[in-house]
Amino acid sequence: MTGRPALEIRGLTVALPGTGDVLRDVDLTVAAGECLAVVGESGAGKSVLARTLLGLTQDDRHARVIARTFEVAGRDVRTLPRRDWRALRGVDVSLVLQDALQSLDPLRTTEAEVGETLAIRRVPAHERRTRVLEALHAAGLPDAAARLRQRSDDLSGGMRQRVLIASALVGGAPLLVADEPTTALDSTVAARILDLLGRLRDEGRSLVLITHDLDVVARVADRVAVLDQGRIVETGPVAEVLGSARHVVTRALIAAAPHGPKATAPAGPGPELITARDLVRRYRAPGGGSVAAVDGVGVSVHAGETVGIVGESGSGKSTLARLLVGAERPDEGTVSTSAPPPRIRLIPQDPFATFDPRWTVGRILRTSTRTADTPEALLAQVGLAADLVRRRPATLSGGQRQRVAIARALAADPDLLICDEPVSALDVTTQAGILDLLVRLQADRGLAVVFISHDLAVVRKVSDRVIVMRDGRIVEEGATERVFAAPEHPFTRELIRAGGGG
Amino acid sequence: MRIARWALARIGSALLVVWVVTTIVFFALRASGDPLEAILGGPGSQAGEEAVAVARETYGLDQPLLWQYLLLLGRVGTLQLGDSYARRQPVIDLIAAQLPSTLLLATLALALAWALALCGAIIARTSRGPAGRAVTASLRGAEIVATVMPQFWLGAVLILVFASTLGVLPATSSGADPAGLVLPVVTLAIPIAGFLAQIMRDSLAEADAAPFAVTARARGASDTRLLLHHTLRHASLPALALSGWAYGSLLSGAVVVETLFARPGLGRLLIDGAMQRDVPLVIGAVVVVALVYVVVLVIGDALELLVDPRLRRRTRTIVRQADVAVGA
Amino acid sequence: MSNPVAAPSLRAAFARLRPAGVVALVVVLAILVAAVWPGLIAPGDPLAIAPTDALAPPSLAHLFGTDESGRDIFTRVVHGTAPSVGIGLAATGIGIGAGLVLGFASGLGPKALDAALGRVIEVLFALPTLVMALLLVAVMGPGTGAAVLAIGAATAPGYARILRARVRAVAGSGYVEYARLEGTRRTRVFLRHIAPNTLWPLVGVATLGIGQAIVWVSALSFLGFGTLPPSPEWGAMLNAGRVYISTAWWMTIFPGLAIVVTATALTVLGRTAAGGGRR
Repeated sequence: MTGRPALEIRGLTVALPGTGDVLRDVDLTVAAGECLAVVGESGAGKSVLARTLLGLTQDDRHARVIARTFEVAGRDVRTLPRRDWRALRGVDVSLVLQDALQSLDPLRTTEAEVGETLAIRRVPAHERRTRVLEALHAAGLPDAAARLRQRSDDLSGGMRQRVLIASALVGGAPLLVADEPTTALDSTVAARILDLLGRLRDEGRSLVLITHDLDVVARVADRVAVLDQGRIVETGPVAEVLGSARHVVTRALIAAAPHGPKATAPAGPGPELITARDLVRRYRAPGGGSVAAVDGVGVSVHAGETVGIVGESGSGKSTLARLLVGAERPDEGTVSTSAPPPRIRLIPQDPFATFDPRWTVGRILRTSTRTADTPEALLAQVGLAADLVRRRPATLSGGQRQRVAIARALAADPDLLICDEPVSALDVTTQAGILDLLVRLQADRGLAVVFISHDLAVVRKVSDRVIVMRDGRIVEEGATERVFAAPEHPFTRELIRAGGGG
Repeated sequence: MRIARWALARIGSALLVVWVVTTIVFFALRASGDPLEAILGGPGSQAGEEAVAVARETYGLDQPLLWQYLLLLGRVGTLQLGDSYARRQPVIDLIAAQLPSTLLLATLALALAWALALCGAIIARTSRGPAGRAVTASLRGAEIVATVMPQFWLGAVLILVFASTLGVLPATSSGADPAGLVLPVVTLAIPIAGFLAQIMRDSLAEADAAPFAVTARARGASDTRLLLHHTLRHASLPALALSGWAYGSLLSGAVVVETLFARPGLGRLLIDGAMQRDVPLVIGAVVVVALVYVVVLVIGDALELLVDPRLRRRTRTIVRQADVAVGA
Repeated sequence: MSNPVAAPSLRAAFARLRPAGVVALVVVLAILVAAVWPGLIAPGDPLAIAPTDALAPPSLAHLFGTDESGRDIFTRVVHGTAPSVGIGLAATGIGIGAGLVLGFASGLGPKALDAALGRVIEVLFALPTLVMALLLVAVMGPGTGAAVLAIGAATAPGYARILRARVRAVAGSGYVEYARLEGTRRTRVFLRHIAPNTLWPLVGVATLGIGQAIVWVSALSFLGFGTLPPSPEWGAMLNAGRVYISTAWWMTIFPGLAIVVTATALTVLGRTAAGGGRR
C-alpha cells in the first residue's frame, strides 16, 4: 500500500472491432492516495479507458488490448484470464458510473445492489448487511437503514450517486475509477459528491476521475492527464496544467470553458418587447395534488439585451420558457407584448426533436423563411457549409444541428430568441462556438435573447441581466456582474460556490 | 387506493367487452338480412311456428330497434344466453361442459411456449463464436417462421409425422390423456413461442447493454450471474405483459387445433355453432371467451406486479414492443 | 417530447435491405408473377378433372401429386395464388381502411373521443381474431365475401391501435409543436408532417399484415367458412385435404407450404421495411 502505485500503465493500446484504435500508447500512473483526473471531450476514448481499467474491454474476444506495463494494485494484468479479472473487480479496483436511472438495477433493492460484490464472494448475509450499511454511511447517504429496501427510482439523483459509490466501496477496493460521476447532477449536489470523493481520497484511496469538465478537475484532482483522440497529450499536477498548459488541445479546452463576464458591453436596453406578470403554471403531481412549476414569476425583456435565467432542475425555468414562447398558457398571470407583437422563436435544448425526420436541412430552412434569404445564405450566417442543405439532421453532429436550429430561427427574422438550455448537451469546445455565435448575432442584429441554463458560468458569459430561479420562484435578479460580485440570496451564493463563476 | 382503482378498471374492461361484442352481434344480425332467420339457424331452417313465436318474444323482434338492442344487452349482460337452437339445450350448460378442455389446452400451451421461448432466448444470448452465430441466425429464422406458420398446417405436418408415419402419438384425442395432449399442445404453443422468444431476445439484448449490467460486471459478476440475477428478470417483463394477449391468441388457435385433432372443446362448439348458424350459441361462446380473456389479464397483472415492484406505485410505463407483429 | 422512429424515404428503405430482405423480395416478386400470370409457370387447367389419376403421389408428371378428383395440385397451387393473395389483400385493405379512420379520429380528435375510442379499440384488439371472425361469419353466413369482411373487421382494431399510437406520437412530437409555434395552420401541419410520418411507416406494417391476413383467411377456409371448392384457393385445398391426410399427404402439405412461404416472405419484407430488422 505504501510507495507502490495503485495503477501503473505504459504503452496501452486498445483496438475495438469496427472502430479501430480507440486508445493509443497511453501512459498513466496513479500513486496511493492520489486522485488523477483524465480529461477529454466526447470521442476521446474516456469511457473505453474506464472499462479497460476494470478489464471489461478485455472481456470482448474481438477487442485487442496490449500494453508494455499494466499493473492494477501491484498486479500484472496484461494477460489476466477472465476469471481472475472477475476476482479483482470490486475488491481491488471498482467502478462508479454516471448516475443514470439505470446505473443501478431498478428491479433490485439498494441492499442487494450495494452488497452484490460481497454476495458474489459468498460473504454471509448478516456480515453483508453490516458492511453495506458501513459503505452507505461512508458514502454519506442519510438514513441508510431505511434506504436498504428502496429501489433506484425511489431515490433522488444525488442519493443514487452515493449508492453507486457505496457499492464501489463495499469491497474495500483501494482504487476507484469514476466515469463522469457528477455530469447528470445539479451543481449543488455535484459539489457535495465531489467533496465526498475528495474525502475518500484523503482517507487513502486512489481515484481515477474521468470527466470532460475542467471545474471538476480543479476541485478534486491532484494530477490531470489530457486525452485527445486516444492519446495522452499532456500530464502533470493540476495547478501546472491548468495554469500554464503546454499542449494546444489543453489550451483549447481551457479557453473553451466558459468563465468570466460577457465580452461585449451591453447596449442600452431598447423598447420593452415582452412582459410577463405574476405567472403561475400548475401541474398535477404524481402523488396527487398539484405542483406549481412556475409560481408568481414576472420578467420583462427589452430589445437588444440578453436576460439569463439560471436554476437547477425543477426550478421552473423551462416552463417559464414555454410560457414566454406561447407553447403553454399560464394558469394565472399575463404575458403582454409590445405592438406590433415581436416575432419570437425558440432555440430548443434538443433541436433534433424539432426537425421533421423526413426533411432535409434545406427544406427545414425554406419552410421557416420569412425573409429573402436562401438556405445557403442562412447556413453561412451560422458558420455552416452550404452543402449541408441536402443532408438530413440525423446525419449531422450535435453542434451542427444546433446551428441549423439557430439558422431556422433567424430565417424568420425574429425580434426575440428564447434559448432553452441550447448548449447543455454539447462538448465544451462546440459549446464555446455556439455561445460566441449567439453573442455575435445579437450584437449584429440587435436581437433580444432569453437564455436559460443550469450552468452559471455559461449564463454569465452571454447575459446582461440574470434571474435566479428556485422551486418556481425568482430568488434574485439584477445585472450579471453585480449578482456575481455581490450575491444577496443564500441560494445564489451556494450556486456560485458550487462552481459556476470561473 | 391503487388496488381499488385497478379492480374497477378491470371490471370496467369486462363490461366494455360484453357491450362491444353485443353491439357487434346486433349490427351484424341486422346487416345479414332477416335476423329471425339467423337466430333460427339460417336460411332453409325448418323452424316450427312455436319456435318462431318464442324467438320473436325473446328477442323482441316486433318492438322498436332501440328496445331490441337494450333487450339483447340486458340478456347478454346477465348471462341469460338462452338455448342453443340446434341442440335445444341451455347455452350456458353446453359451454360449461366444454370450457375446461379448452382452458387445459391453452394453459398447457402457454406454459410450453414460455419454456421454449426462455430456452431459445438464453441459447441465443449465450452462444459465442461462429457456431454460435449460426445457432442464433437459425433461431431467429425459426422464430419468424413459427409466428407466421398457419396452425392447421403445422398440426397437419405433426400428425403426418408422428401419427401417420411414426405412429407414436394419436391423431385424435380427448380429455386429459397425456399422449393425446402432446400434439395439440405443441401445435398451439409454437406460434406463441416464436412471438415470446423474439420479445425476450430483444429485451435481453437491451438489458445486457444497460448501465446496470456494466455496474454488475464491475462488481465481478459472471455472465451466468448477470443472466440469472439481473437480465432475465428484465427480459421477462414485456413477455409477461404480452402474455395476456398471447392467451387470447391461444384461444383463437384452439378453434383450429380442436378441429384438426377432433378434440371436444369451446373451439369445436364455436365452429359447429357457426356452421349451423346457431346464433345464441355463438354469442355465448364469444362472450365467454372474452370474459376468460379478462380474467387472464387480471392474473397477468398480478404476476407483473410481483415481478416488477415499480408498478406498485406508478402507472404502467412498459412500452409494448413488437407492436408490428402483434398488430397484424 | 421525443421523436418517434424516423421514417426515411423509400430510397433509404431500399438501401437498408439485408440479404434476408433481398431473398424475401425475390420470393414476393415470384409470387406476384404467379398471381398475375399463372399460366406462365403452370400451363394447364386447375379445374380439369381426371378421375383415373386421382390421389396420385408426387411424380414427374404431377410435381405435387393429384387430389381426389385427379386435378394436378401443382397447377392448382400456382393458380390459387391469385385468389389466396387477393383475398389477403382485400381483407388487409378493409382492415387498414377502417383502422385509418379509427386511428386518425382517435389520435387527432377531441380528448373525449380519443378516450372512448381508445378503450374500444383496445378491447376489440384483445378479442382473439379468429373468434371474432367466426362470430361475424356465423351471423353473416359462409362464403368468400363474408370471410374477407370478417377478417378485415377482425384485424381492423390491430391497425387502429398502431395508427392511433403513431398519430398521437407524431401529433405530440417536437417538430409538430415547433411548426404550430411558428404559426403553421392545422391543415398544413397535417398534410406536411402528420400524414407523411404516419402513413409511410404503415407500408411495412401493411406488408406484414397481408401475410397474416392470408393465413387467417385460409384458416377460415380450412374450417369450412371461406372459399368453397373447387376453387384452387389454398385454404379450401387444405380443407379438402383434411380427410385424406393419412393417405394423400401431398394434398395438405403443398398448399400449406405455399401459405407458409408467402406469409414468411411478406413478413420478412414487412419487418425489414418497417424497422431495419432487429438484432
